[in-house]
Amino acid sequence: MAFGRSDRRRAAAEEPVALKMLVAGGFGVGKTTLVGAVSEIRPLRTEESLTEAGRPVDDLAGVEGKSTTTVAMDFGRITLRDDLVLYLFGTPGQDRFWFLWDELAQGALGAVVLADTRRLEDCFAAVDYFERRGISFAIAVNCFDGAQMHPVETVRDALDLDPHVPLLMCDARDRESVKEVLIAVVSHAMERSTATAPAAS
Amino acid sequence: MTEADRWYDDAAGPVVRPYAMTRGRTTHAAEDRLDLIALVITADRYAETDDVAATDHSLTPEHLDILELCRQEPISVAELAAGLDLPVGVLRVLIGDLLDAGHVHVTRPVPPAELPDAGLLREVIDGLRAL
Ligand SMILES: Nc1nc2c(ncn2[C@@H]2O[C@H](COP(=O)(O)OP(=O)(O)OP(=O)(O)O)[C@@H](O)[C@H]2O)c(=O)[nH]1
Ligand SMILES: [Mg+2]
Repeated sequence: MAFGRSDRRRAAAEEPVALKMLVAGGFGVGKTTLVGAVSEIRPLRTEESLTEAGRPVDDLAGVEGKSTTTVAMDFGRITLRDDLVLYLFGTPGQDRFWFLWDELAQGALGAVVLADTRRLEDCFAAVDYFERRGISFAIAVNCFDGAQMHPVETVRDALDLDPHVPLLMCDARDRESVKEVLIAVVSHAMERSTATAPAAS
Repeated sequence: MTEADRWYDDAAGPVVRPYAMTRGRTTHAAEDRLDLIALVITADRYAETDDVAATDHSLTPEHLDILELCRQEPISVAELAAGLDLPVGVLRVLIGDLLDAGHVHVTRPVPPAELPDAGLLREVIDGLRAL
């Protein structure tokens, strides 16, 4: 089903528009906390069954005969307007579930990659993934108490980030701080969309 | 949904596996359309859940739960799954049934392969700032 640009716009005026953003990062980095800080609902947990089709072959070793895996992910909701809702999905922390993101990532307007400077390498997989998929993302360095504060540029270098990718320090527990992070992601997505489609009126 | 509405009780225990509700089916033709943020709304013609139950005997209690939840406002697939405590896969099959029967509408405003346009993104930024 192919809709023209104007058809879609008309549909959008009449029907609620739902958008989603992903929150990725290593185990225990604060994804659920971040979602909870801005969500108008307590972060909900839903279980997604993965079939073998979505699973990398080498992951099957040791789980023979098992055709589905269930993973839990958290999500929250932000109603921006009566007809505009943003959903946040916290991806499962364990790396071996990275392939779940394929479905989650479909249609996502962007992503937050949460990083902890004490274990920066935990977010490499997420950075790689969004880069390869061409999904707009921002890095949010979660400033845990007691964690050494690193200069932004050190983190940028360590992650080998494209200079356009926003990098912010944040406190995942703080609503205002998280809002800034989400705005950075959407702004970055907007820059990229206007850069690739300048003719859109 | 109250416990009394269920056709099985706690004593039934593990006899009722999630996929029993879908009669063993794990996929549905409409599945591609059902993103986690697809919004489901009950068709206008059903003022009361009882009306649907009376006319469509193929509906399970879970189907009726979905219709009930989506009567007032559109609800995302993810929220339905969490609210009904069902895996998303099961929910997709059930919603697919309801779609086939014309009992619900599903809204998917942003085609999966496309990104929202700059105008919409601007509205998102403004909305976030105003929170
Ligand atoms: N001090 C401090 N603690 C935080 C911050 N963010 C999260 N935490 C704590 O860190 C712990 C882990 O946070 P979660 O939000 O559960 O992390 P997660 O990324 O969802 O974890 P998984 O889903 O298990 O991968 C919790 O105890 C939080 O309270 C922060 O900014 N500062
Ligand atoms: Mg979590």
